Amino acid sequence: MLDWILEIFDFMPVEASSWASRVDYINNVITVISVFCTVAITFVMILFAWKYRRKSENQKTAYITHNATLETIWTIIPTIICFVLFYFGYTVYHEMRNPPVGANEVFVKGQTWYWDFQYANGKKSTGELVVPVGEPVKLIMTSADVLHSFFIPAMRVKEDMYNGNYSYLWFTPTSSGTFDIFCTEYCGTQHSGMTAKLKVVSKEAYNDWLNEKKDPSAEPVLPEVTGKAIYTAKCAACHSLDGSKVVGPSFKGIYSGAKHVLQDGTEVVVDDNYIRNSIANPLSQIVAGYPPVMPAFQLSEDELIGVISYMKTLK
Amino acid sequence: MSNDTNHHTDKHSGDVNYLNFEKGFMSWWMSIDHKRIGLMYLVSMIFFFAIGGLLALVVRTELMKRGQTIIDNDTYNMAFTLHGVIMIFLFIVPGVPATLGNFLLPLMIGAKDVAFPRLNRLSYWVYVFGSFFAFLAIYFKLDTGWTFYSPYSLRNAPAVMSATMAAFVLGFASILTGVNFLVTIHKMRAPGLTWDRLPLFVWATYATALLQVIATPIIGITLLLLFLENAFGIGVFRPDVGGDPVLFQHLFWFYSHPVVYIMILPAMGIVSEIIPVFSRKPIFGYKAIVWASVGIAAISFLVWGHHMFVSGMSDFVRYLFSFLTFFVAVPTAVKVFNWVATIYKGSVEFTSPMLYAMAFVFLFMIAGTTGIHLATLATDAHYHDTYFVVAHFHYTIQGGAVIGLYAGLHFWFPKIFGRMYNEKFAKIAFCLLFIGFNGTFLPQFVLGMMGMPRRYADYSTFSNVDTFEYLHFISTCFSYINALGYSLVLVNLGYGAVKGVKATANPYNSLGLEWQTPSPPPHDNFETIPVVTDWSYGYGEEYSDHDHNGNKKVVAKPA
Ligand code: HEC
Ligand SMILES: [Cu+2]
Ligand SMILES: [Cu+2]
Repeated sequence: MLDWILEIFDFMPVEASSWASRVDYINNVITVISVFCTVAITFVMILFAWKYRRKSENQKTAYITHNATLETIWTIIPTIICFVLFYFGYTVYHEMRNPPVGANEVFVKGQTWYWDFQYANGKKSTGELVVPVGEPVKLIMTSADVLHSFFIPAMRVKEDMYNGNYSYLWFTPTSSGTFDIFCTEYCGTQHSGMTAKLKVVSKEAYNDWLNEKKDPSAEPVLPEVTGKAIYTAKCAACHSLDGSKVVGPSFKGIYSGAKHVLQDGTEVVVDDNYIRNSIANPLSQIVAGYPPVMPAFQLSEDELIGVISYMKTLK
Repeated sequence: MSNDTNHHTDKHSGDVNYLNFEKGFMSWWMSIDHKRIGLMYLVSMIFFFAIGGLLALVVRTELMKRGQTIIDNDTYNMAFTLHGVIMIFLFIVPGVPATLGNFLLPLMIGAKDVAFPRLNRLSYWVYVFGSFFAFLAIYFKLDTGWTFYSPYSLRNAPAVMSATMAAFVLGFASILTGVNFLVTIHKMRAPGLTWDRLPLFVWATYATALLQVIATPIIGITLLLLFLENAFGIGVFRPDVGGDPVLFQHLFWFYSHPVVYIMILPAMGIVSEIIPVFSRKPIFGYKAIVWASVGIAAISFLVWGHHMFVSGMSDFVRYLFSFLTFFVAVPTAVKVFNWVATIYKGSVEFTSPMLYAMAFVFLFMIAGTTGIHLATLATDAHYHDTYFVVAHFHYTIQGGAVIGLYAGLHFWFPKIFGRMYNEKFAKIAFCLLFIGFNGTFLPQFVLGMMGMPRRYADYSTFSNVDTFEYLHFISTCFSYINALGYSLVLVNLGYGAVKGVKATANPYNSLGLEWQTPSPPPHDNFETIPVVTDWSYGYGEEYSDHDHNGNKKVVAKPA
């Protein structure tokens, strides 16, 4: 019975991610409370207006100006409802913002007006994001130009992406199928054409797809291989891999999750955005105890992905 | 109705009022009479409202069917941008304060004019001047949406500079109005009109004026930064020169969120005036409504981040803004309860202003409760930038601010023009408008739930395109009814203003000061400054011997 009431106004798309049903539940609770209050108050308003409609010109009315008890009650009740709803929204969202370790990582690049995806083994796809069912996926997203926003209705996730910066989102798909991906940040002429498909497939199908080679000459290069080459050519002079301090800090275990203290005293946990920023604007975040001598490097998106993937292998 | 037709005017020289006091275009353009300025604002704004409305119909027609139907993507993008820019900056931001506020504020506080009449005229001139920048933006093919998000907007610097310039100049018009109202309310109240007797519309205008004065300069700062970036390549918003695009969003919403309350607070004030008059009851919870208005104004500065839950702010800040946003709901709910309680045990007359006021309460509840879906983080992740948001803010702005403005226009119409519109016609138009409006935007909530992104020229690539098309089709059909409703309202009011039957000074037997002077008021508002002995909501039993002509208990009597 309760479920039936909750679902009267449920027009949400299929629930295809681990939290979709919880998001919808919160949504339905809010909707039902909203509709109930709106209908009830409107009903009372119309009832009063009709019951006390003007019947004669000299009709007497009551001189009521306020009622402290009533006013206190109707201030406190909405406040409590709001606290509770905030809390529910917060808990699920907190989960949405904290991807588990070990999620499959896919790099996403939005540009006017299509989406590029790059997977752990270097495979690339455009307009089609393929992920295995039941496993968490973390999207590390950036934009080649203006703002875009990555929206998968079936997963109930959305996040904007910016040029020169990574944002992320994650989800665990729970059922296989093909779902719509939309750009939800206005980006010009073909904004409405900037759609893609999310294909959720079985683990085997996913592996087959990852390793399928349409054109043997275009064998994907593992990103960490690209990264290693860049490291050797451009970074090795100052950064060691064995923990020893050269000019700059060592890259050994850089992704271990330990906090790095910066010159101005702030602490940062190394993530993709920190690395990205350290490379492009080294002077903006200087590690405590080191001279500010690192030159800025203009790496392409692919090279950045390479360096980041390489660093993640340095345990 | 009453037969005390203008017993003031009898003493006054013939039928001279502010409308025929002087004649000719220049007598209007150069006028410093707050009533004339309010009326000029009204006519200009209705003009822009009509243009904005036509653009909305273009947008709706394009979306009626899948694929490209009447216009291509670029034209579509310009159409929705212009619709937004015109409706927001040229119509509803000046909105109630510039029109009814200007007209009524001095009348309601028993003053002869606002504190700075010349500043008031300047405000109107600045408004007209600012509208040229809006047209300049159109000329430069502005297609960014009314939010001008960087870095996309920076691709077309002339367009975005003109648009921000328009917002900036028009903002000045609001600041001038705001400052003027603040001083007027502080300094020019009639003797005896203490703060706790101040009509709620005046209180609402006061809270709005605070917002206008505090929030509007932010758009000026934003413009300056845009200018520095474009002229000198200083990185502010553009990532490629070291700027931060999110900063633009912060500045934009730090201004534009309070602006939502600049639109809605005065509309709430109007409703608080209308309901007591047609229920013949004192407003319920006067103090609570005053505190709610001021409270909403204060909170409105702390919640701008709710427009940016998926914009890359840090997680903690997202949680914080969500939490703060919920607090807007409380004073809003309190007001709704107060309005309903005012009707209780009243003597309700279903005039068209009363219908508009009751519709406002209903529509505003939908607007408010759907705001909760958007304030809640988990659901906003899904709803952000979808049609759910579009429907939500149309309920707030059209269902709230515009319906409130029209409620006020009908209510004070006899005072403004000294004539009446056709009541039956007004009710028919109201019904069309009400049905059309709900039919347009209720389906859009459903579209939003299904994931329809906003600012999309087409949806033919969607998986379940049939359902989307079906809902868009319904929405478009009703939008025509909505437009028909507005047209009828305007025809009726326009005809009434010129040809309507003559109205009496106080056709509703209201206790408000503005009704204690002839309709239309003379140039100087009051022959003698009235002395106030009570609040203007003293309807009800205590006043049962107050008949509809003579008043035993007078609110305002000559000094
Ligand atoms: C000229 C020497 C030099 C070169 C070459 C150099 N760096 Fe650095 N790097 C430094 C120094 C010194 C620091 C510490 C001070 C700072 O944070 O700027 C640093 C810091 C870093 C950090 C932050 C490390 C931490 O533990 O928080 C990262 C990441 C980094 N560099 C990446 C790179 C990459 C990638 C390259 C090659 C593309 C590179 N660096 C090339 C000198 C260098
Ligand atoms: Cu887009
Ligand atoms: Cu807002």
